[in-house]
Amino acid sequence: MPELTVREALRDAMAEEMRLDQDVCLIGEEVAEYQGAYKVSQGLLEEFGELRVVDTPITEAGFTGLGVGAAMGGLKPIVEFMTFNFAMQSIDHIINSAAKTLYMSGGLIPVPIVFRGPNGAASRVGAQHSQCFASWYSHIPGLKVISPWSASDAKGLLKAAIRDPNPVIFLENELLYGESFEVPEGENEIVPIGKGKIVKSGSDVTITAFSIMVGKALDAAEIVSKDGINVEVIDLRSIRPLDIETIISSVKKTNRLISIEEGWPTSGIGAEIAALTIKHAFDYLDAPIERITGLDIPLPYAENLERAALPQVSNITDSIRNICQH
Amino acid sequence: MHIYGVQYFQNIEPPATSVGLTEMTSNTEKNNLGKKNKLPISKQSNKALLEYLKTMLTIRRFEEKAGQLYGMGIIGGFCHLYIGQEAVVTGIQAALKPGDTVITGYRCHGHMLAAGSPPKNVMAELTGKIDGVSSGKGGSMHMFIKGKFYGGHGIVGAQVPLGTGLAFANKYKKSNNVSITYFGDGAANQGQVFESFNMAALWKLPIVYVIENNQYAMGTSISRSTAIEELYSRGAAFGIPGKQVDGMDVIEVYKAAKKAVQNCRLGKGPILLELMTYRFRGHSMSDPAKYRTKEEVSKMRHERDPIEHIKTIILKNKILSEDKFKQLDKETREIISDAADFAQSSSEPLLSTLTSDVIID
Repeated sequence: MPELTVREALRDAMAEEMRLDQDVCLIGEEVAEYQGAYKVSQGLLEEFGELRVVDTPITEAGFTGLGVGAAMGGLKPIVEFMTFNFAMQSIDHIINSAAKTLYMSGGLIPVPIVFRGPNGAASRVGAQHSQCFASWYSHIPGLKVISPWSASDAKGLLKAAIRDPNPVIFLENELLYGESFEVPEGENEIVPIGKGKIVKSGSDVTITAFSIMVGKALDAAEIVSKDGINVEVIDLRSIRPLDIETIISSVKKTNRLISIEEGWPTSGIGAEIAALTIKHAFDYLDAPIERITGLDIPLPYAENLERAALPQVSNITDSIRNICQH
Repeated sequence: MHIYGVQYFQNIEPPATSVGLTEMTSNTEKNNLGKKNKLPISKQSNKALLEYLKTMLTIRRFEEKAGQLYGMGIIGGFCHLYIGQEAVVTGIQAALKPGDTVITGYRCHGHMLAAGSPPKNVMAELTGKIDGVSSGKGGSMHMFIKGKFYGGHGIVGAQVPLGTGLAFANKYKKSNNVSITYFGDGAANQGQVFESFNMAALWKLPIVYVIENNQYAMGTSISRSTAIEELYSRGAAFGIPGKQVDGMDVIEVYKAAKKAVQNCRLGKGPILLELMTYRFRGHSMSDPAKYRTKEEVSKMRHERDPIEHIKTIILKNKILSEDKFKQLDKETREIISDAADFAQSSSEPLLSTLTSDVIID
C-alpha cells in the first residue's frame, strides 16, 4: 500500500471529490494561488480553475457566511480556515446559519458544507493560535465533528464529509500534516463518519484519543507494554456523533478508561465520555475514569511552559500505571 | 432621491419585455399627487398595478390579523410586523424571474407572502402548527420556500453574507439569476455587511442589496446610530453603485429594482438600493414605541401609506371603481380570516417530529 502524508491525503480527497461532483468547491484564505497556507490545496487551482478554488480576502465572518449561503443555494463548499482559531470570527454562521437551518426550516433547507483546517496547538504560536475546538463544536446539534489522526482516515473521512448532506466540522492538526501513513488507493475508499477505530488491541486499560493524541497514546502503550501492561487504544475519529458503543465494549473488556485530549478539561470531550461510560458501564469500572487534558490555562509561548501545558507521553504512561494499580 | 455611481444606472436601457416602465412615467398632469403619481396607460401596466395592490393588501391584512392573534396569545414569541413597508417587497418581487433567490432578516412575513407562500401556511407557522411553512419549527423569524426564499434569519446582518453566498452559487452555476438580499438600517452597521460588499464587488456577484431603511433599529433612530445617514452610499468604498428610492411608492420600487436586477444579469456586479420606508407598528409586538412621537407615526400613516398611494392611482385611472376596490379588500380580508381559522384549527406538530430534521441521515 502506498504511503502518503496527511497533507497529501487531504488534498487527494478534495481533488477526487471535485472530479466527481461539479458542485464541490474550495474557498478560503490562500487556498488557490498560494496553494494553501500549509500547502494542503497544492495543485487544486491548476486542475480546477479559479471558479472552483477561490482565494478569499481575510474576512472570516464574511466568507463563512458566503459559503453557507452557497450551500443553501445548491453548492457543496469546502471552507478552509487557515486555522480554526480564526473561525471564532465566524462561529455565528457555523452554528446559527449552518447547523440550525435544516431544523428551523422543517427540513426544507439542507446545508451541505465542510469547514476544515488545522485545530489545536501547533508549535509555540501562543494562546490565540493554539486552541482545540473539538468540545465547542461537539456541543452543537446539527453539526458533525471529525478529527482524524492517520492519513488514510483523513482521506476517507474528508471524502465522507464532502459527500455528507450536513454541515461537517473537520479538525486537522498542523503537526500531523507532514506525517506519513499507508493509504489505500481508490476514489471510493470512504471511512464512515461516526465510527471509532481500535488502533491497538489490549486487555488492561482503554485509552480514547483523537488527532495528534492518538500517536502519543500509541507511544505510551508501547512503553508500558514493557511493564506487561496491555493497552487498548481507540482513535475516536468522529467526535460527533461519538462512537460510544466501541468505547463501552472496550471498557467492559478492560475495566479501566483514560480519555486524552489536547483541549481544556472543563466540559471537555473527556467529561462527555466519562458521563456516558458511567451510565453504560458503571458496574464494569475497576477504577475512577482518568482524564488527561491540556492544562486549564491559555497556552504559553516558552518551550518548557508549552510542553508542560500539553499532554505528553510521560503524562499518559504515568496515568496508565496509576490506573492499573486499581 | 440620491444616486451614487449614477453612470451604472444611466447605462441601463429598459428591456422590451419589461412591465411598462416607460408608460408609467408618461402622464403625470391629471392629478394632484405631484411627481409620485405616475399614471399607467397600458393594459399590461394596469394588470401589474392591480397585482401590486393585491399583494400589498394581502400583506397588510395578514399582519393586522397576526397582530390580533398575538394579542390574544395565539401567536407566541417574537412577532415583527411589516405594516407600512409593503411596497418594498411588492415592488422588488415584481422585478424577479424564476430562479432568483431572496433572503432577509427576522421581519419576513411580508417577504414570504410576496414570494408566493400561501397565507394559511405562513399563519400556521406563526401559530406553531403542523401546517406551518417550517412545520412549526421555525416560527415568525424562520420561514423558507425551497429554491426561492432562503429565510427568515434572526441574527441581525447574518443574512447579508448568506445572500452573497446565494449570489456566488448563482454565478457558479451560470444561472443568470440574481440574489436579492434585504436588511435594515440597523443591520447596515454590522461588520459582516462590509465584508460581503467587498467580496460581491471583487467577484462581480449578481446581487442586489436592499436596505429597508425604516429609520429605526428597534428603538434607536438612524441619527443616533449611524455616522453617515445616506445608506445608499455605503457601497462607495467598494465601487458598488447605490440609489435611494422612495420605498412607499411601489412603482418607484419596481423601477429601481428592475434596473438593478438587469444590471446584475449583465454581469456588472452588485447594486445597493436604499428604500426609504417606515414601519407603522412597533419593532415587535412587545414594543411600546416611546422612541418616536405619536404625531410622527400619525403623519406617516396619513400622508405616506403605500397602499393608499397605489389605491389612489388605481382609482383615479379607473382601473378599479371604489366599489370594486372595497370588494377586493373584502375578499382579501376573507382570505386572511380563513387563513387565521386554518392556522388555529391546524394540529400541533407531532411530538415524533421533535428530533427530526436535526441531521440528514
